[in-house]
Amino acid sequence: MTTTATYQPMTAKEVTRYVLDKQPLFILDVRNEGDYNDWRIEGETIESINVPYFELLEGVEGIMDRIPAEGKVLVVCAKEGSSMFVAEQLAETGRAEVFYLQGGMKAWSEYLEPVKVADLKDGGELYQFVRIGKGCLSYMVISNGEAATIDTLRMTDVFEQFAAEKGATIKHTIDTHLHADHISGGRQLAEKLGATYWLPPKDAGEVTFEYAALNDAEEITVGDTQIKIQAIYSPGHTIGSTSFVVDDRYLLSGDILFVESIGRPDLAGLAEDWVGDLRNTLYNRYKELSEELVVLPAHFGKITELGEGGKVSARLGDLYQNNPGLNIHDEAEFRRAVTENLPQHPNSYQQIRQTNMGKIAPTSDEQREMEIGPNRCAIHDK
Amino acid sequence: MSSAKWKSDRTAALFTTSKLLIVKNRKGIIPLTNQAQIQVDLTLDCKGLACPMPIVKTKKAIETVQAGQVVELQATDRGSLADIQGWCKNTGHQYLGTIEEDGVLKHYIRKSNADEVKPETKFAVTMTTEELQAKLSGGDAITVLDVREPAEYAFQHVASAINIPMGELEGRIGELKSDAAIAVICRTGTRSDLACQLLQDKGFTNISNVLPGMTGWNGPTSKLN
Repeated sequence: MTTTATYQPMTAKEVTRYVLDKQPLFILDVRNEGDYNDWRIEGETIESINVPYFELLEGVEGIMDRIPAEGKVLVVCAKEGSSMFVAEQLAETGRAEVFYLQGGMKAWSEYLEPVKVADLKDGGELYQFVRIGKGCLSYMVISNGEAATIDTLRMTDVFEQFAAEKGATIKHTIDTHLHADHISGGRQLAEKLGATYWLPPKDAGEVTFEYAALNDAEEITVGDTQIKIQAIYSPGHTIGSTSFVVDDRYLLSGDILFVESIGRPDLAGLAEDWVGDLRNTLYNRYKELSEELVVLPAHFGKITELGEGGKVSARLGDLYQNNPGLNIHDEAEFRRAVTENLPQHPNSYQQIRQTNMGKIAPTSDEQREMEIGPNRCAIHDK
Repeated sequence: MSSAKWKSDRTAALFTTSKLLIVKNRKGIIPLTNQAQIQVDLTLDCKGLACPMPIVKTKKAIETVQAGQVVELQATDRGSLADIQGWCKNTGHQYLGTIEEDGVLKHYIRKSNADEVKPETKFAVTMTTEELQAKLSGGDAITVLDVREPAEYAFQHVASAINIPMGELEGRIGELKSDAAIAVICRTGTRSDLACQLLQDKGFTNISNVLPGMTGWNGPTSKLN
């Protein structure tokens, strides 16, 4: 293949900088209309238009008036082939600063940005891994050469390398619940490193593998400085959903409570049964906790939820003031809010649950395909 | 919901988006064993090619065939499903459907001609698709003659229709009774108009052109029988 120097690759990591640093970037998304409407790169300073590549087979002249005359243009497609095809045509019109997204939306879906959340006691650290393309959040607690990961994503090498850079050995991988929107990397990482994989037993009724039962009030210690991870049984999104208080200050709320919304109870098919649990967790169980706890959820729904450096967090007391899901006082209204007019299901959520139970073992390509699209775990993720 | 209705919904869903196809995985895809042979004029092998190549090659291939001919595009890139549908919508060529066989997606595309966009009908006796549907559900003895290509017919046709492509009608006219009530249908009423004129010339006395054609048909259908 001949390459010209007139257009260049841009990695998902680089695109993430534009989003987080609020730098302007114009995106020409050449996927088909359905895929674009479903899910795309977003950000306060990101402007995008959609023209499917198959409308540009004759050239890009017809759309030049829709592309700003100055500045960088990033062409995006599903994998990268079509974006290179279109980027080349753009470059041939004499434009400078033409880029294509390396690896396409697949790479965007898989990129994780590590963000430091806090220093913990005795030199410990807490990191959040922001999967910006899909809205998933994972965590790593590091203390004295040991690490625990929470809601580990499929891209386990990222966690492994990060821990290695910090000189820590991953001893525990913990899932707050059986995920339906993404494939957990917790088991795989634990098996590879000889760590312990923890899963709430009530979500593990059908799993085909060995795991450590994560029960209410369980305490997991990371390193020898007693960084405690205290489990709080908090059902509702799933019947086993469990939250953690890390270092007495951080509430890892899984898919129960998000910054701008609350978890949906329907992904395991038992919405009606779990509404009461969800309400009890949010309106009673969490209410007993300190308002000063910093909530760190397992997802974000909108790019506006990203704060400083991309971090997604909020004070629990503030969420009781501002989060619409925590302010529905009528029980019947709450039931309606969490069971009716819910967003579309996450892509392939049934197969993802089966995979996380160990019942099916898709190839890595199939896993990647299953995870395409946004997480849609909150009731407000329209 | 009748079984025919269910089938047609299922087909519609299957052919609408690639997402659904993936969700349905192999269980939603029509088995090849009990399907009518689909006649194609050109087969295009794009197996192993990533986008945009399957569409780029289809565009070139369609330029080499005649209007009305069918191209089979074989691709392994799953994204090709939504893209070929989008491209057909965009260019006006007719997307007939897709079959999966051993991990290969076979997309069928019929090249349109300019005439079909604005059908100019000449045969005087016509009936609407609604009238035909009423007659059929009322039990009228009426033969539905579908004069589209076998590939079009295979993917969806009026439940009781027989298929004789326009190009074969003259040679196979003996299969039809000249005094039978025959409703002739195609996609948009153009080919069926020509078919009606041909049948009239051959002495058929009770024929009607169904308008607008399959594009307006909402009654029971069969497919890939």
